[in-house]
Amino acid sequence: MAAALVLFIVVGTLLAVGLGANGPASLGTADLAAIRFTIVQALVSALFSVALAVPVARALARRRFRGRGLLMTLFGAPFILPVIVAVLGLLAVFGRNGLLNEALAALGFAKVSIYGFWGVILAHVFFNLPLAVRFLLQGWLDIPVERFRLAASLGVPVWRVLEVPMLRAVVPGTFVVIFVMCLTSFAVALTLGGGPKATTVELAIYQAVRFDFDLGKAAVLSVVQFGLCALVAVLAWRVSGERALGAGLDRVVQRWDRGGLGVDIVALCLAFLFLILPLGMVVVRGLPSLFELPPLVFEAALRSVAVALVSTALAIAITLAMAIRGGGLISLVGALPLAASSLVLGTGLFLIVQPFISPPKLALAVTALLNAVMSLPFVLRVIQPAVAQVETDYGRLADSLGLRGWNRMRILVLPRIRRPLGFAAGLTAALSMGDLGVIALFATDGQATLPLVMYQLMGSYRTGQSAGAALLLLILSLGLFWIFDRGGRSDAAT
Amino acid sequence: MLRLENVLIEQGPFRLTADFTVKEGAITALIGPSGAGKSSLLSLIGGFYQVNQGRIFIGGRDVTDLPPSERSIASLFQDGNLFPHLMVVENIALGLRPSGRIDAQEAAQVRDVIASVGLEGMGERKPSELSGGQQSRVALARVLLQNKDVVLLDEPFSALGPALRIEMLDLVKERLAGRTILMVTHDPEDAKRVADQVIVVMRGEATQPVPTRDLFEVPTDALREYLGH
Repeated sequence: MAAALVLFIVVGTLLAVGLGANGPASLGTADLAAIRFTIVQALVSALFSVALAVPVARALARRRFRGRGLLMTLFGAPFILPVIVAVLGLLAVFGRNGLLNEALAALGFAKVSIYGFWGVILAHVFFNLPLAVRFLLQGWLDIPVERFRLAASLGVPVWRVLEVPMLRAVVPGTFVVIFVMCLTSFAVALTLGGGPKATTVELAIYQAVRFDFDLGKAAVLSVVQFGLCALVAVLAWRVSGERALGAGLDRVVQRWDRGGLGVDIVALCLAFLFLILPLGMVVVRGLPSLFELPPLVFEAALRSVAVALVSTALAIAITLAMAIRGGGLISLVGALPLAASSLVLGTGLFLIVQPFISPPKLALAVTALLNAVMSLPFVLRVIQPAVAQVETDYGRLADSLGLRGWNRMRILVLPRIRRPLGFAAGLTAALSMGDLGVIALFATDGQATLPLVMYQLMGSYRTGQSAGAALLLLILSLGLFWIFDRGGRSDAAT
Repeated sequence: MLRLENVLIEQGPFRLTADFTVKEGAITALIGPSGAGKSSLLSLIGGFYQVNQGRIFIGGRDVTDLPPSERSIASLFQDGNLFPHLMVVENIALGLRPSGRIDAQEAAQVRDVIASVGLEGMGERKPSELSGGQQSRVALARVLLQNKDVVLLDEPFSALGPALRIEMLDLVKERLAGRTILMVTHDPEDAKRVADQVIVVMRGEATQPVPTRDLFEVPTDALREYLGH
């Protein structure tokens, strides 16, 4: 049932966009430019993220220092950080009146602009560098300590005999995962890109629906976008590691090669500053106006929390139903949303409901549903192994006692998977809270979620209010994650 | 009475045939080398594997195609006999009702059975707050309440020390008297201590049960080889 629902949403909307598309002839030069830009920016973003992650991950793998745990937490933060909040933080550091340009001006240099191609890259690296670091660090930690001992006793360079081969195995998967994430980038392109030179396909879909009212073109672009993503997602699913989401990265492998301390310190400091400065600026700039925000911001915040909670409930219910079922087909269905982007699904649903009901009426419901579906691949990857473990450990006992259906769920499964469940729920809630995608496609006045209101405030240059809204959004997203994650941990008796 | 009729287990190269009848109310030990299929045979009777061929009867009723909980069988496994997140009383209550929701009278039954295995006052504890021996007693208490005709013991006490294991076996013999018990063991001494009869599982076959005394006084060649004397 649950799998069928997901299948319907993904495949049904694709059918809708497929039928709505009227041939590649309607793709103009601007659309082709968008396709090219999408691919190029994703390639460059993935390249920079992975390349910069190598020295950082190596430093984390071989240095023991105070605050390492804190740094690892910081490296996990961008995953649940609302994109628009990060963009505002990046603008505060690298934007026209940001820290960097003020410093440059003080030194007599010309100002640099964050908008356009490099701005998009910068934001993508901000989000994906930490992810790449976690993937690569896992690779480092998977090298057995015995190998380092052997290399030390033979006096051969660790870099060449151990680290390069490891990277050769881990880097392609990391690269592809980041590439596919950047392919579907919408909020970053919306805020930092735009114009003929920096429009992603995702953004072009939005513009076709929102400004040109050209659903046919939106459908064609959606088909293109899906084709791109499906191709890469299949690749990503095959080569990706799956443990970067989990814990266990706090180990330091004992090794015997010395040196490189300076390089490590520089890499860690730069990475730390790169992540903490934008976040810090969100707090610094947002605090003054946090308590003077107009009522419409708080209304939007309430709406966002409601959407996030509904979305979380949906995602967890669907995931549990699918995880109980288990099996390869379920895994495949669960991975499907990876290949779909939120605007492609949004456009499809728009086309499906439009003949019957005015799409804006469903804006919030559709947003909650699509956010749930989009978080499914991550949530399923957290929950499914946990459910499988419970069945391995206690399935026979439950069978012998006749625990079936809801009793089995209530007495055995739910209590045993509290931690991953809490983590997954927190993840979904935070992702949904910060989502600025499909809501932009559907919403009219009076339905805007907090990220959308914040975007509108930024667009109308109400800097103070948008900074305040950003801080509120940051607090709510991290807060929701924290509450759910905590809920899973407390009373975790074994 | 438990009867296996022309039962065949086949898993890849592994084959085991079983065709025997176990006396009602007797303790029957299954002995044999590791890997011979003792645990598989028990799992099969318990309903956790499907048979490839043959039928299983309990008290004249064909249970071959029934799920584990409807076979009138209670099982104790090598490990994982208690849900670690549930208190002792909750774990035991599941033996009465799969919903875990019991009325006052049933709660009194649970209290009594906890006392009868010597765990008075420990009902509110979680398994992790009990010793290994106490955990075994909780599982045994649940089996007592489950009130099934047949009890399968798949070396549930093997992680305990020798003295504790003997203590538990004696407790089983005393408290479960009258039930049809099948127990897997790799220690012939365990069989000698509590079993009325023995089934030897080796070389792809589970034999008819033989009275314990006879078996160890006049072991067959195969058994002698296994016992090493």
